[in-house]
Amino acid sequence: MSTVLWGVLPYLALALLIGGTIWRYRYDKFGWTTRSSQLYESRLLRIGSPLFHFGALVVVVGHVVGLLIPESWTEKLGISEHMYHGNALFWGTIAGICTLVGLGILIYRRRTTGPVFMATTTNDKVMYVVLTSALCLGLWTTALAISAGSEAANYRETVSPWFRSLFYLNPDVDAMAAAPVQFHIHALVGLLLFAIWPFTRLVHAFTAPLHYLFRPYIVYRSRDARPHAGARAARPGWQPIGTHDRERGAR
Amino acid sequence: MRVMAQMSMVMNLDKCIGCHTCSVTCKQAWTNRAGTEYVWFNNVETRPGQGYPRQYEDQEKWRGGWEVGRHGQLRLKAGGRLKKLLTIFSSPVQPQLGDYYEPWTYDYQTLVDAPLGDDFPVARPKSLITGEDTKITWSANWDDNLGGAAQMGELDPIIAKLRADASAEANAKIKFEYEQTFMFYLPRICEHCLNPACMASCPSGAIYKREEDGIVLVDQDRCRGWRQCITGCPYKKIYFNHKSGKAEKCTFCYPRVEVGLPTVCSETCVGRLRYLGLVLYDADRVTEVAATADDQALYAKQLEIMLDPSDPEVIAAARAQGIPDDWMESARRSPVYALAKRFKVALPLHPEYRTLPMVWYVPPLSPVVDLLKDQGHDAEAAGSLFGAIHELRIPVEYLAELFTAGDTAEIERVLNRLAAMRSYMRDVSLGRDPDASIPAFVGMGEEEVYDMYRLLAIAKYEERYVIPTAHHEDAHNLEEMACSLDFDEGPGMYESGAFGEASGVPTPVAVETFHALRDRQTADTAASSESLRGRVNLLNWDGNGRPEGLFPAKEKS
Ligand code: SF4
Ligand code: SF4
Repeated sequence: MSTVLWGVLPYLALALLIGGTIWRYRYDKFGWTTRSSQLYESRLLRIGSPLFHFGALVVVVGHVVGLLIPESWTEKLGISEHMYHGNALFWGTIAGICTLVGLGILIYRRRTTGPVFMATTTNDKVMYVVLTSALCLGLWTTALAISAGSEAANYRETVSPWFRSLFYLNPDVDAMAAAPVQFHIHALVGLLLFAIWPFTRLVHAFTAPLHYLFRPYIVYRSRDARPHAGARAARPGWQPIGTHDRERGAR
Repeated sequence: MRVMAQMSMVMNLDKCIGCHTCSVTCKQAWTNRAGTEYVWFNNVETRPGQGYPRQYEDQEKWRGGWEVGRHGQLRLKAGGRLKKLLTIFSSPVQPQLGDYYEPWTYDYQTLVDAPLGDDFPVARPKSLITGEDTKITWSANWDDNLGGAAQMGELDPIIAKLRADASAEANAKIKFEYEQTFMFYLPRICEHCLNPACMASCPSGAIYKREEDGIVLVDQDRCRGWRQCITGCPYKKIYFNHKSGKAEKCTFCYPRVEVGLPTVCSETCVGRLRYLGLVLYDADRVTEVAATADDQALYAKQLEIMLDPSDPEVIAAARAQGIPDDWMESARRSPVYALAKRFKVALPLHPEYRTLPMVWYVPPLSPVVDLLKDQGHDAEAAGSLFGAIHELRIPVEYLAELFTAGDTAEIERVLNRLAAMRSYMRDVSLGRDPDASIPAFVGMGEEEVYDMYRLLAIAKYEERYVIPTAHHEDAHNLEEMACSLDFDEGPGMYESGAFGEASGVPTPVAVETFHALRDRQTADTAASSESLRGRVNLLNWDGNGRPEGLFPAKEKS
């Protein structure tokens, strides 16, 4: 059981994440967008969206630091376990609550603003359920850790080593299995979120436009070459039949 | 010097009758899709009026375009790159649907389905966004023909500006009482700017300017819906498709322009007031010109970087840049170059936005003539015309706010030229001796005035639209392009196919239609069908004349 959950599932999720992203990038560039609904409603979005997005960015950074940086490294830097934990809980709680409140505002807005609700697809709804549960479960683990005080389970001795071991292709299933149940659930929902990520509107995060800081303001580009027969470029899978010698252009 | 070619347009506002044909045909061609119901790539505004979207010209509110920073550098009015990225999660100043309008349709089905009864069934307006019943309160041209101007005229950002800081004189001229007010139409498309703020605002770099013809397009595969371009464009000519989540804009009908056809709006314009042509400009100086400190100097500076296509130096540089010779030829015949730079009667819309817009306007003159006539003067005699330019019904100050960043002298110069042309040509057409002092008064030669008159008054299709075709070096790969066998008497010709008449490869319908359409548009006789080789293409027969071969020959009696 543990092997399946912590040794197989993560790779499945990862495969879906990577494969799905590549597939979507190749075949659905047109669908790759934020699908912003600001045109319909702006007042609530102006509060909810930045709250959610900035909160989420901090949460992501927190996860990266917590999962990727081994405890021994921070200890070498002279950061005690106690200090680390206190900080992580403090910032994690703030960011998590911001994100959750932001998300709450956004979902409320989605439900109550007619046009926005109309523009909500089933895909969006599924994504919202998974995202919200991942977030709530994460906050739940934090809450449990806070209430447990110094007795709190140290995920940096269980979850983190397992997470890192995934990338050595030698998953430390036992370490993860030893973690308390709340981490198990949170991790599973997290894996689910990664698995569906490429197929939802969340993909826009992968094309965060950081290159904007460096590109020139004016973009010149040559008219598209028209290498295909037909006034429209052939879609993948719809190339015309025929052999090369039949093509007039080849002569 | 980096010579680049730009397809651009001139609109002669004197002739616009505000019929909205251009808007409707454009919409049918480009934006009759889900998600773009509220979008008009071409719209026609009545001025004074709020415009579409409402009050888009108020840049203190919408923060579109560029401004010059403290150290003389050019920067986006909405903020630098970092600020844009930090506010990306909710665009601070994006127009809402309500600023455009909520698109609607009518519930026509009830008209058909209603049971027999005493009352007439009513087709209720239904929102195209929610599908619910809706109340129509605004549209893309709700204040058409000054509708509601008595109450809402003051909401025009330009009126507000003139009221706030102009002399009492201009203030007194602007009235909204019936029979005292003024109006004219302003058709607008994307300006295909040389220094586009939409492009500079796009975080993904999805908006680009085509190297060959300067048309500004949104790469639909790279747009991620960050919607910063909508804020960036001061003309609000980028729209958000709320179904696809992508930005869309006027395409200058590039698929038509590439094969030498005018844009849909130009083609269908009832007033025949649009001109299309190439302009060459020096791309190296674009940023420098856009950063000109003085708003009112921008117009002159922009003219400066428009290059003379007859200048040997320019020709050499253009050749080095790989601009084909037939394009240079088109540039020399370009009506846009002639009106904007040679005669200097076409002006850019809101040069103070610093995007270097490339759709130019000949300001309207007509009302002055009526005014003079009413006062009992000879309306088109030069003396009274020149004197009356600042007595125009349309206040010069208003036009100046639109076209010259408030420089009234420049507007008066242009209007004087137009007035001089009328006056001079009147003598010519009445068979009197033309008076050379009239053109001289406005700094033009007689020849020049005559050329300008030809272009503005009687130019034929081919003089109004000078469009070089694209060179797709692999054009033989294009679907429905004549194949290499289609030379005279080649096996591709109908008549002489190897297996008798009509064997061989037929001319594809699109090619045939294209040629037939062009024949018709440029022919003096009805339904001439040169390219149809004696057959009749019913799709293109407009009902006029008796094309040969359509009807049985009339019996000679
Ligand atoms: S007018 Fe057109 S090219 Fe200019 S900034 Fe707006 S959308 Fe861009
Ligand atoms: S079709 Fe021509 S005349 Fe009619 S509104 Fe458009 S620009 Fe004006």
